[in-house]
Amino acid sequence: MHNFTITELIDGLKNRVFSSTEITQHFLSRIKTLDPAFNSVITLTEDQAIEAARLADQQLAKGDSAPLCGIPVLHKDIFCTNGVRTSCGSKMLDNFVPPYDATVVENFKTSGAIMLGKTNMDEFAMGSSNETSFYGPVKNPWATNSVPGGSSGGSAAAIAARLAPGATATDTGGSIRQPAALCGITGLKPTYGRVSRWGMIAFASSLDQGGPMARTAEDCALLLNCMASYDQKDSTCVDRPVPNYSANLGDSVKGLRIGIPKEYFSEGLNAGTEKAVRESLAEYEKMGAELVEISLPNTGLSVPAYYVIAPAEASANLSRFDGVKYGHRCDNPKDLEDLYRRTRAEGFGDEVQRRILIGTYCLSAGYYDAYYGKAQQVRELIRQDFTQAFEKVDLIMGPTCPSPAFEFGSKGNDPVAMYLEDIYTISTNLAGLPGMSLPCGMVDNKPVGLQIIGNYFDEARMLNAAHQFQQVTDWHTQAPEGIES
Amino acid sequence: MNWETVIGLEVHVQLATKTKIFSAASTAFGAEPNTQACAIDLAMPGTLPVVNQQAIDYAVMFGLAIDAEIGKTSVFERKNYFYPDLPKGYQTTQLEQPVVGPGTVDIQLDNGDTKSVRIHHAHLEEDAGKSLHEGDFRSGVSGIDLNRAGTPLIEIVSEPDMSNAQEAVAFAKKLHSIVTSLGICDGEMSQGSMRFDVNISVRPQGEEKLGTRTETKNLNSFKFMEDAIHLEVERQIDVLEDGGEIKQETRLYNGETKVARSMRSKEEANDYRYFPCPDLLPVVISDEHVEQLRSKLPELPDAKQQRFIEQYDLSEYDAGVLSTHAAIANYFEKTATHSKNAKLTANWVSGELSARLNTESLSIGQSPVSAEQLAGLIVRIADNSISSKMAKQVFDGIWNGEGDADQIIEKRGLKQVSDSGALESMVAEVLASNQAMVDDYINTDPDKRKKKLGGFMGQIMKASKGQANPQQVSQILAKKLAELL
Repeated sequence: MHNFTITELIDGLKNRVFSSTEITQHFLSRIKTLDPAFNSVITLTEDQAIEAARLADQQLAKGDSAPLCGIPVLHKDIFCTNGVRTSCGSKMLDNFVPPYDATVVENFKTSGAIMLGKTNMDEFAMGSSNETSFYGPVKNPWATNSVPGGSSGGSAAAIAARLAPGATATDTGGSIRQPAALCGITGLKPTYGRVSRWGMIAFASSLDQGGPMARTAEDCALLLNCMASYDQKDSTCVDRPVPNYSANLGDSVKGLRIGIPKEYFSEGLNAGTEKAVRESLAEYEKMGAELVEISLPNTGLSVPAYYVIAPAEASANLSRFDGVKYGHRCDNPKDLEDLYRRTRAEGFGDEVQRRILIGTYCLSAGYYDAYYGKAQQVRELIRQDFTQAFEKVDLIMGPTCPSPAFEFGSKGNDPVAMYLEDIYTISTNLAGLPGMSLPCGMVDNKPVGLQIIGNYFDEARMLNAAHQFQQVTDWHTQAPEGIES
Repeated sequence: MNWETVIGLEVHVQLATKTKIFSAASTAFGAEPNTQACAIDLAMPGTLPVVNQQAIDYAVMFGLAIDAEIGKTSVFERKNYFYPDLPKGYQTTQLEQPVVGPGTVDIQLDNGDTKSVRIHHAHLEEDAGKSLHEGDFRSGVSGIDLNRAGTPLIEIVSEPDMSNAQEAVAFAKKLHSIVTSLGICDGEMSQGSMRFDVNISVRPQGEEKLGTRTETKNLNSFKFMEDAIHLEVERQIDVLEDGGEIKQETRLYNGETKVARSMRSKEEANDYRYFPCPDLLPVVISDEHVEQLRSKLPELPDAKQQRFIEQYDLSEYDAGVLSTHAAIANYFEKTATHSKNAKLTANWVSGELSARLNTESLSIGQSPVSAEQLAGLIVRIADNSISSKMAKQVFDGIWNGEGDADQIIEKRGLKQVSDSGALESMVAEVLASNQAMVDDYINTDPDKRKKKLGGFMGQIMKASKGQANPQQVSQILAKKLAELL
């Protein structure tokens, strides 16, 4: 049952092959049995899920046609869930129970989906390996000595291990695409402003974007159909109709112009990864697409620009965690400053503290122009790179990340090495463009991800291209050893 | 040595919007602590601000009223600092691109001259909450009330164009008059609706270079502001004359104890690390919208004063007094329309009514005497139905809720006797029963007889129980006495 895609589960529910209660019970029991090995779920909402499934079955019996009625999903623990602890992977919010739902969570409820629980993540979404979580690292189901990627490592690992057919995730610099690649699943980061950020705990507000993860592009389209909305509660949300992302999946890619940025195939790219990606591009050629070499000359500046802008915004976004209103508070503060110092020293992990310090430094008097101001200029250059590229091509493709999943601790002492993990994904966040990753090969029995970057609001075309690829390849159907049955 | 004082003001004006600047919580004053603070005001994780268009419109209206440039694109920024009553750890405000650019405010000096005070800019921002250090709180523990957090403010920053306390007060009062006339602020100083920060420096007469300034913060009455300026100017002159130096610092003035103290020095000042708020898009104001607001702008105090002079034939002084406060001006106009006697109405509104309201600490809106009621009274004064002395009794009656002027005149039998036949016989009767006074009058030197008239008048008015029309009585009396000579 857990090998079914969402599309197949919807059919099964409609045709009464199984009930929502049955599939919900099945996934809950898989999480309870298998997840201790992966640590992908922080909070299991079993009773709520069973109750919601019972109601969904009643709705289904009445012929309810809510698009995801009865389909179980997991939410990344960055999305606020009314009455359910939302930790953001941090000790700071270990005790935080929001009295409201994120718009994304609300949209899933409206679509009839069942929440199974909340997934593990890097603390405040700051990390590319899931090693910064207060709840311990998530293990990659393909190789438990390796990282699942981050920050949405819990969601990606859970889908790879067939603990849920789909999940929500967020992407600030690659946090959907990189774990999707490392765990061999499909994930999409929409155009900035496509999915509401209301109730999604902010890391870097101008870069954060929620998106779906599933095993296939077809499933991602279904999830995005309900996830995307215009939301007046988020001023940066774009008021633009949500298309039916499932409508054109079957279109041919014949004549599609695919840009191949030469900067994405340079030094630092793992040979096996490169081979897998090149072979995938050849598949597209076979399907009639046209490959066009392009240049995104400012790619090399994206990581340094990102590591100024994201920490700068984070340093302000995380100021609200001060021990005054909610979340962790240190014991017996002797005065206000002691309250602030100890609460934040105890509540935040090392990586979060490092980024707060970097961000604070970059915004300080005398440094602002050299860092934040300059980074904003670079951001504009990167945006222009893409604008020019999209005059010549319809989509851009390349590797999602430089290499397959690395082993735990292998980059622990070198933050910059870790930051370079996002070199191919960060530019799209800086430009606000949509990007996705889909499985396209294996290296040493570890998955490789193909990245597709689209023009603004061109998610439908990306999903179409990804779906067509998945019609002629079977990388997306492969499962890690030992979890199939 | 002669010293010259230089003063600039920063004025915080609470905008009279129903809801907060970034949330839908109410801004009403005086509610139980923390009952008017929603998740956004509390800076709950994942919440996002949405700007209140009314606040922007009010700021633009102020800009139009002072003939300022309106920022076509204004940008909200984050001003970062930690304080418990600042829930997000930053204040959302404007810095580089404020909504209102340079403008001017004309003030009237005591000598009748007009002085222009330049406005550097005015920007929109959110208010903080309140820390409660007294009352129920144990020593070392403070309470926080976030009802005020997120209340929209405009901060109006003047150039250092004022040279003494009188000018500063005149400027402050003029701003009060403008914002209340516009209806963008309720002007309730005691509730903190307007608060003044005063920048003060002194320099030797004739010196070009500005002296080091201090900033006295958060003065919430004109009187406190005036006292605080006098005190600070004296202090600075004393320090300089003793050979000392002025330290750049922020000072607090206690209006009750009339003592000021240093709050923090320049060295202790925060580095606020301003940067554009990524949760809010730049506010774009179209020319069309500005013109729409301009067309709906109410009459401003200066224009109103001019109109009162022309339309009601009032003196410049009376017109000034009556046009300063929109509510008083409206009351005056309403009364004058009904009474059809502007001069008398002006006297009563700025005289008896204002004095009484002052004594009882009531605003014009709380006046127990309605405009219609006052007009009713004035009509009876103008048609000589009652004397001005009786009018005061009738006014008291109306004030105490005994009814309209005519009802009170009727009930108390106050109607003035103007029937000349009745008055003639009344005068004759008094003369006949006071033969000694008449003899004395006749025997008095003709030049000094005038002084004796008062005695007769008193007797006659007494006999008429005060209801005789004094002008008529004095004419009849003069005629009758002349006949006796």
